[in-house]
Amino acid sequence: MKYSIMVNEGPYTHQASDTALHFCKAALDAGHEIFRVFFYHDGVNNGTRYTVPPQDDRNIQQEWSKLAKAHDIDLVICIAAAQRRGIMDADEAKRQGLDGDNIAPGFRISGLGQLIEGGIICDRQLVFGD
Amino acid sequence: MSTLHTVNKSPFERDSLSSCIRLAAKGCAILLIEDGVFGAMSGTDHSDMVQGAMKDATVYVLGPDLAARGMSEDRVIDGIQVVDYSGFVDLTTKFDTCQSWL
Amino acid sequence: MATKNFMFVNRKAPYGTVYALESLEVVLIGAAFEQDVSLAFVGDGVYQIAKGQSTDGIGMKNFSPTYKALGDYEVTKLYVEKESLEARGLTLDDLMDLTWEDEDDDYAEKPSIRLVSSAELAAVFDEQDVVLSF
Repeated sequence: MKYSIMVNEGPYTHQASDTALHFCKAALDAGHEIFRVFFYHDGVNNGTRYTVPPQDDRNIQQEWSKLAKAHDIDLVICIAAAQRRGIMDADEAKRQGLDGDNIAPGFRISGLGQLIEGGIICDRQLVFGD
Repeated sequence: MSTLHTVNKSPFERDSLSSCIRLAAKGCAILLIEDGVFGAMSGTDHSDMVQGAMKDATVYVLGPDLAARGMSEDRVIDGIQVVDYSGFVDLTTKFDTCQSWL
Repeated sequence: MATKNFMFVNRKAPYGTVYALESLEVVLIGAAFEQDVSLAFVGDGVYQIAKGQSTDGIGMKNFSPTYKALGDYEVTKLYVEKESLEARGLTLDDLMDLTWEDEDDDYAEKPSIRLVSSAELAAVFDEQDVVLSF
């Protein structure tokens, strides 16, 4: 099966991102495809490379980046939600006249159309949130 | 069409579980995850509601979330099946649509 | 592209959290993809379409007029759960007048809000291909 995943909450505050990660890993282990993970609302905060969680705890952003690289998963951060919350890639930061960007490896910023497209072309759409 | 409903909030915190039960069609499945696992426990103020739902829906609970919260599988309502993440994935393949009650 | 039944489930009140506003933004995009789009207002979600929202005092944007535009985007099925309204002491009269123009009926203006019982809404949910919850 081909999965489209939506993550509505940021790392650590809610379990949503963790559950989504575990689901994706289990799905991949079972031979399924994770087509896209779309981060919306505070979910965009999973995509900043500047988190420094305690050494003895999981690093959620790195888990997503690693998983995406290993399995060619499209990690998309919604541009509208990202702008509200200050997640920027280099192009967007430049466009907005900001002095830096913070997007994490493997994530890209794009529009809500990517979420709808995922729902259309995949076999299953799952939502993890609060 | 058949649906897998997931509920991730405790029935003591929010109306997600009661709303799900009220709006889930006959023949669907309900999977309790994250804080939603408290809805699977016997002897609570919500156990009757969940047992009632089990007449029309198959109810599952995510084992790792139970264990994390110190909830023993022995005390889960009779008839609720404990699954792990691969069981969760399996359920999504058996039902046509997934609906999250947040 | 295939046409799927997309359902957007709204269970949260507006302004206390961002979900109502940001979910509406998804609906508008979804409509542009020519999918069969429906909205459901359940629980506190019914407050999203309450009449007379005035947000100056809290300094937030009043986005309720956006619901009026849904008809123009061919989003014409707004299911409101009767039980949720009644539990909150509300009736249809307390909700915004949301309509769409039926081009197959001489552009007659028709109500977009469909007041349904829990059982009816359960049946609607079961027909959906993609359900987005916020």
